[in-house]
Amino acid sequence: MSVIIILLFASITVAGLFLAAFLWSAKSGQFDDDYAPPSRILFDDNTNLKPKQ
Amino acid sequence: MAIKIADQIQCAHCGEPCTTGKIDFNNKTFCCEGCRMVYEIINENGLCNYYDLNANPGITQRIRVREDKFAFLADENIASRLISFKNDQQTHVIFSIPQMHCSSCLYLLENLHRINKGVISSRVNFPEKTIEIFFDHSVLSLQSLAALLTSVGYEPYISLKDISSEKKKGDQNLIYQLGVAGFCFSNIMLMSFPEYLGVDAGEEQIRSVFRWANLLLSLPVFFYAAWPFYESSWKSLRHRFLNIDAPIALAVIITFVRSVWEVVSGTGGGYFDSMSGIVFFMLVGRVLQNRTFRQLSFERDYRSYFPVAVTVIEDGKQQSCLLPDLKVQDTILIHNEELIPVDGWIIKGNALIDYSFVTGESLPVEKRPGEMVYAGGRQTGGNIQLKVMKEVNQGYLTSLWNREHTAEEEKNRSFVHAVSRYFTMVVFGIALAAGVYWQFNDPSKIWISVTAVFIVACPCALLLSNSFTNGHILRILGRNGLYLRSSQVIEDIASVNHIVLDKTGTLTSSGQQNVSYEGEPLSRQTMRNIAALAACSNHPLSKSIVQYLGQAGDVQADGFKEVAGKGIEGYVNDTWIRLDAGSAEERETNKTTTVFLYIENRKLGCFYFTNQYRRFIPRLLKQLISRNKVSVISGDTAAEKERLHSMTGGKAALFFKQMPDDKLSYIQQQQEKGDHVMMIGDGLNDGAALLQSSVGLAVSDQSNNFTPASDGIIEAAQLERLPDFIQLCRNNRKIVTASFIMSVIYNVAGLYFAVQGVLSPLIAAILMPSSSLSIILLTYLSSYISARRMRLAF
Repeated sequence: MSVIIILLFASITVAGLFLAAFLWSAKSGQFDDDYAPPSRILFDDNTNLKPKQ
Repeated sequence: MAIKIADQIQCAHCGEPCTTGKIDFNNKTFCCEGCRMVYEIINENGLCNYYDLNANPGITQRIRVREDKFAFLADENIASRLISFKNDQQTHVIFSIPQMHCSSCLYLLENLHRINKGVISSRVNFPEKTIEIFFDHSVLSLQSLAALLTSVGYEPYISLKDISSEKKKGDQNLIYQLGVAGFCFSNIMLMSFPEYLGVDAGEEQIRSVFRWANLLLSLPVFFYAAWPFYESSWKSLRHRFLNIDAPIALAVIITFVRSVWEVVSGTGGGYFDSMSGIVFFMLVGRVLQNRTFRQLSFERDYRSYFPVAVTVIEDGKQQSCLLPDLKVQDTILIHNEELIPVDGWIIKGNALIDYSFVTGESLPVEKRPGEMVYAGGRQTGGNIQLKVMKEVNQGYLTSLWNREHTAEEEKNRSFVHAVSRYFTMVVFGIALAAGVYWQFNDPSKIWISVTAVFIVACPCALLLSNSFTNGHILRILGRNGLYLRSSQVIEDIASVNHIVLDKTGTLTSSGQQNVSYEGEPLSRQTMRNIAALAACSNHPLSKSIVQYLGQAGDVQADGFKEVAGKGIEGYVNDTWIRLDAGSAEERETNKTTTVFLYIENRKLGCFYFTNQYRRFIPRLLKQLISRNKVSVISGDTAAEKERLHSMTGGKAALFFKQMPDDKLSYIQQQQEKGDHVMMIGDGLNDGAALLQSSVGLAVSDQSNNFTPASDGIIEAAQLERLPDFIQLCRNNRKIVTASFIMSVIYNVAGLYFAVQGVLSPLIAAILMPSSSLSIILLTYLSSYISARRMRLAF
C-alpha cells in the first residue's frame, strides 16, 4: 500500500523539478525570442573573411 | 498603367528596382549611392554573409539620414535617459530598430564589433526589434554609435516616448501561471484515476491520501494561476458590467469550494481536475493571444512623430534642446527633411514644406520669411530658422490629436460578451429551477445539483472557442501583413459595410509621380540638358522630371534661377531652358499638374504629372465596390477626379480638398446613417478619421514608424488582399458560432446529469477536457482551412 504513496510523492517531486526547470527557463528569457537563437546558431564564426572583389 | 517590374534590375542591397541613378560597383548594381555605401562598409569588414543569408536584405537608402541628426545624443542629459548601465569601461544601451526583419539583419547587427572596435558586443531581441549594445565609451560615443548603426542602414528609432515613459510590462507572469496550472492539472488528473475507476473499500486509506494530495495541488491553481480571471472579473464588476471572465471566476470558485467541502467531509473526491483543466486551457488561450500583440505598438501619439530634440540657436550658437523644453520665442533650426515640431514663423531661409502628413496634399507648399508654418510639416530643401510661436503641446497638430482622444467612444460590445451575458442568465435560471425542484422533492440534493450546474455550465468552451479562433485569425492576418490592435477589431471588420479610403499614400504610393511628356520630340542631348537644369532644384516636380528623363550627366546649368511657385530657368550648354509651372489660375483650371517646357523662349511641350497608383488599386477598388459602399476622400486637389471616377466605375463617392476635420465629420455623418465604416489612411491627417471609424487601418510602407494611432496596421503591399482579409474576419464569426453550438451541446449533456444531482467526477472529467480539446481542434482546423482557401499564409 504505502509503496504506491511513496511512488506518488516521488513522481510529483520529479514533475516538480520539471516545473522548476520551466519556470527558470521562462525567467531567463528562453521563450522571449524564438527567432534569433535558431538563426544565430547557423552563422559562421569565420572572422577572416576577405572583402569580395 | 502598365508598370514594368520584371525586366528591371534589382538593387543588390535593398532589392528595389534600379531606375535612375543606378550605380555599378564590384559587379553589383545599386539603386542609389546610399545603398552602395552601405555595401562598401559591409564588404570592407568581411561581413558579406549578410548578402548570402537572404536575397537583397537591405533597407533602401534613397533618403539619406542627415549626418548630424543624432547630435542631440551628445547632450549628457538626453543620453543618460537612453543608457541602461554605465561604468568606467563600458556603457550599455538599448536601441529600437524597427527596420530589422530577417536573419541577415540579425547577423549584421550582432557583428557590429567587427565594423567598429569600440563596440564590445551587441545582442538582438528579435520580436521586440531592439538591440542591446555594450560599447567602450572611451572609443565610441553614443552619438557615433547611432551614426554607426545608421551607416549600415539601421537607423535607430529614438522617440520622446522611449525617453520619457517606463518600460513595457511583459506577460511573464502569465507564463509562470500557465506552467503552474499545467503542472497541477496533469498531476491532479493522474491522481484522480482511483476516483474514476472506483476503489475497493479496503483501500480507503489510499483514496483519502490521493484526495488530500489533489486538494494540495489545487491550491496553487486556485490562488495563483486563476488570478487573472479574478482580477478581470472584479474590474468589470466594479464598472457594473458582467464580462466573460466573471462566470469563469464564479465557476472556478464554486467548484473549488464544493470540492474542498467534499474532501474535508469525506463524501467525495471533488472536481479539482475539471477546475484546473479550465484554468489551464484558458491560460493557454490567453498566452497565445498576448504573443500575437507583443511586437506592435498601437498607442502612438503625436510625440512619436516628432524628433526628440531640436537645434536651438542661442547667441549665434547651436544647441540641442529636448522638445518639451522648448519655449516660445526660441529660435530653432530646421534641417532639410526634418519635421517641424512646433507652430512658428520663418525668420530665415525659404521653406518648401511638405504637409502631406497633415493635410494629404501631395505637393509641398512654399513659405517665405515672415510667414507662419504649422507643426507637422516636413521641410524639404535647405535649412530654415523658425521662431517658436506656441509651445509644443499647444500647436495645431497637438490640438487635433487631443480632440481625437476625447472623440473616441467606447466601441460597441462584442458578440461574445452579449452571448455570455445571456448564457450567464440562463445558467442562473437553470440552477434556480433545479434548486426549487429539489427543495420540494429531496432537499438533500439542492447543494449537489446547484453547484454541479455551475461547474458543468461554465462558459469556458464558449470563451475558448472565441479566444482560440481570434488568436488564429490574428496570427494569420499578421503573417499576411495586417496587424490588428485587438481581437475585437476582427468582429468590427466583419460588420463593416462602408469603406472609406484616403488617396495620397493609400491608393497612391507616397512620394511618387508619374510623368508623361507631350509636344515636340526631344533629342537625347536636349533631354540631358533639361535633366541637368531640373537637377538643380529640390522641388519634387523637378525631381520627378529628372527621374523621367534619366541621368543628368555632368553638364552644368549656368545662371540657374528658381522662382518659387513659378518654375525654374537657366542656361545649359548655352541653351536657355525654362520649366514653367504656369500661373496659379492655370493650375486651378488644369485637371492635371502640368509643367511647360520652353527652350530659347519657344514652347516645345509640357510634362504631365499624375499620381502613381499602386498597381493593384483598380482591381482592389472593383472588388471592394462589389460588396461594400466605397468612398475616396482626399486632401489633394480634384486633379485625379476623372481617373478615380473611371477606376471606380462611378460607383464610389469621391471627395477632394478635404481637411482632417472634413474627413472626421464625413465619417461621423456616415455613422449617423447607420453605416459601419472602415477608414484606411496613412498620415496624421487621417488620424482623427481613423479613430472615429469603426475600424481604422493605417497603411504603412515597409516597416515604417510613421503610422497614426489606429485599430490596425496594414502593410502597403498587402492592401490588395484586403477583400480576403475582410472575408476571413467574416468567417471568423462563423467559426466562433459553430464552436459555440458545439459547446452548447456539451453543456446540455453536462446539465442533464447536473440537475439530477448525479454528476459524477468521472463524467465531469471526461466532459470538461474533451469539450475544451475538441473546440481547440475545431477552431484550429477551420481557421486553417479558410486561410488555405484564400491562399493566405498560415
